[in-house]
Amino acid sequence: MFNQNRWLYVLTGMTAVCMLVSIVLVFLVAPDAVNLATETERLVQRIFYFHVPGWWVGFLAFFVAAVAGLGYLVAGDDGWDMVELASVEIGLTFTTIGLITGSLWAKPTWNTWWTWEPRLTTAAVGWLLYVAYLTVRSGIDNRRRRQRLAAVFCIVAFVSVPVNFLAIRWWRTIHPAVIGVSSTGAVGGFTAGPTMLWIFLVCLLAFTMLYVVLLIVRVRGERLSRRMENLRHQLMR
Amino acid sequence: MGQARGFLSRVLTLVAKDIRIEWRTRDSVVTMVVFGLIVLLTFGFAFDMAVVNVGAIAPGVLWAAIAFSSTLGLSRSFSMEKDRGAIEGLLLLPVDRSTIFLAKVAANLMYMGVAEVVLVPALVVLFNLSAAHLGSLLLVVLLGSVGFAGVGTLFSAIAIHSRAREVLLPVLLLPVTTPVVLACVKVTNSIFAGFSLDEVAHWLVLLVAFDVIFLALSALLFDYVIED
Amino acid sequence: MIEVHDVHKSFGYRSVLRGVSLVVGPGETVALIGANGAGKSTLLHILSTLIQPDYGEVRIAGFDLARKPQEIRRRIGLIAHKTLLYDDLSVGQNLRFYGRMYGVPKPEVINRSLMERLGLWERRDELVRSLSRGFQQRAAIARALVHDPPILLLDEPDTGLDAHTIEILRALVLNDGARRRAVLMATHNVHRAAKWGRRVAVLADGRVTVGDSTDVCGSGDQERLFETGDVHGAG
Repeated sequence: MFNQNRWLYVLTGMTAVCMLVSIVLVFLVAPDAVNLATETERLVQRIFYFHVPGWWVGFLAFFVAAVAGLGYLVAGDDGWDMVELASVEIGLTFTTIGLITGSLWAKPTWNTWWTWEPRLTTAAVGWLLYVAYLTVRSGIDNRRRRQRLAAVFCIVAFVSVPVNFLAIRWWRTIHPAVIGVSSTGAVGGFTAGPTMLWIFLVCLLAFTMLYVVLLIVRVRGERLSRRMENLRHQLMR
Repeated sequence: MGQARGFLSRVLTLVAKDIRIEWRTRDSVVTMVVFGLIVLLTFGFAFDMAVVNVGAIAPGVLWAAIAFSSTLGLSRSFSMEKDRGAIEGLLLLPVDRSTIFLAKVAANLMYMGVAEVVLVPALVVLFNLSAAHLGSLLLVVLLGSVGFAGVGTLFSAIAIHSRAREVLLPVLLLPVTTPVVLACVKVTNSIFAGFSLDEVAHWLVLLVAFDVIFLALSALLFDYVIED
Repeated sequence: MIEVHDVHKSFGYRSVLRGVSLVVGPGETVALIGANGAGKSTLLHILSTLIQPDYGEVRIAGFDLARKPQEIRRRIGLIAHKTLLYDDLSVGQNLRFYGRMYGVPKPEVINRSLMERLGLWERRDELVRSLSRGFQQRAAIARALVHDPPILLLDEPDTGLDAHTIEILRALVLNDGARRRAVLMATHNVHRAAKWGRRVAVLADGRVTVGDSTDVCGSGDQERLFETGDVHGAG
């Protein structure tokens, strides 16, 4: 128990350091994007360093949740359910942040708050799926049933995401698409030079570590809260 | 071979039972038809028909009507069984849960079919479209309906345990079936514009893939949803 | 033919069955008695494959519950509080449906004889929802027997049944001659229990104790019996 705590502190510390380093790198070290015109655009472009990792974590969280759901159905252990719930909550948070930062980037760059661009639209549908998952959980009182049904929905919802992305991408191209042809993000895009690339990777790492730390903390909290519920019920009898 | 015949006979018995009950009460089908017509009319009002290019929006309106009305019908899939305890009667039977699932999907498809038989001509009339290429239209409506019915039946079995039973199903179903709606609208658009199906072959492939993947996935997961 | 060994079942924080063991042989009728909420329904639901036990072994007709539930389902009949019938179908249609699903050969013949014995033949085309409670239960009994199961599970069948129907049920279940059924009947009516079987199982505090029906039911102190499950106590 003490050992676990020590590792968690170390991990949290490392994550904090990594995040700080990322922020410093992004705002002080990263070179300006070469082909962007205005000062605003250049500043806002730096959101890319946070926005894409945020989106990546959103997807990772969904994947982990679906795997946890599968684990719960197979093993029936509460632990899987806790990981699933925690992952969805964190994923929802990051996806929300991703959508908002995406919007903030879009306005100066494309002069619109929203565009039906494939990745953005898929993220929006993904956001809805996350919320739907939480709606399933909130409506069922029976504990075992709630966990089982939520796990089933989580799995189906996750499988729908890649199919969805494909469909939306095809929907958004001008010509009937062959897989691999991308036509989006052409305006306001930039080529990432090598410096930008490794700074981006640092940010990606920082966000992934953040996800793991948040997941562990949330699962711990959930475990304690359930244990308390258990004890309370036992005392009341 | 005998096993397959037994399976088929059991599925048919289950479907016949559902249809017989539905025939007596006609709850699901009537609701779906009426609501579908309401959606068509509402869109007709919402878009000023004289101004707008009806050909461009008709496919979208059709599939919005089908999507919304089918969530109404699908949400009732298991209510007849849950409310009267008949679900335990089904669980006591020595049949695979996936058999029960497939029979439900088949029954739901039939109800949707009945509603669509009304809605598609209604669309053609209300939006003044040409009634050509019926065969292709039939194909896309069938494929789209299978997409809705498969996942919809699974989710309906989930939603029935929730306090927010009726409202939960659309919340679960519509985001997941986004690919179906996209594909069907694109294909229907192409059909109304007079193009051959080859132009939208990739959409049809996506539709078939969705149907197969999600029908199989739902059949597998149904066990976990229906058992206690 | 019913073998229960050390079965445990909890619902959330409430532990209902805490090590139940019981054996019912072919041709035997055992009455399961206990206070309301003692867990009789839970045990019967486990035996009828509707619920999974948390722990323990159950064998029915020689089949392991965990491994071959389908085989068990073929061989059991359950009569519960709910009729498990479709209100919007007629009696005949319900029985035909269940007959076909159970794979009963010549369902028409069997259904007719069942319905006649239960006094349902004249009502075979009536919708279940329009029948009185008594006749609904008779239809439920027919449903449970349509596939001639060697094992019958009865969950408080006497609630809501008039005395006449109970007698018909008892006749069908007990005196069915050659058919050596294993019958487990749950009831909270101790006196009725005595009429049904030689052995009585008392479910108290999550466990089962078995005793002779004349001893147990004659004792008179029902409350203490239900609390402690002591079948051999001073009566």
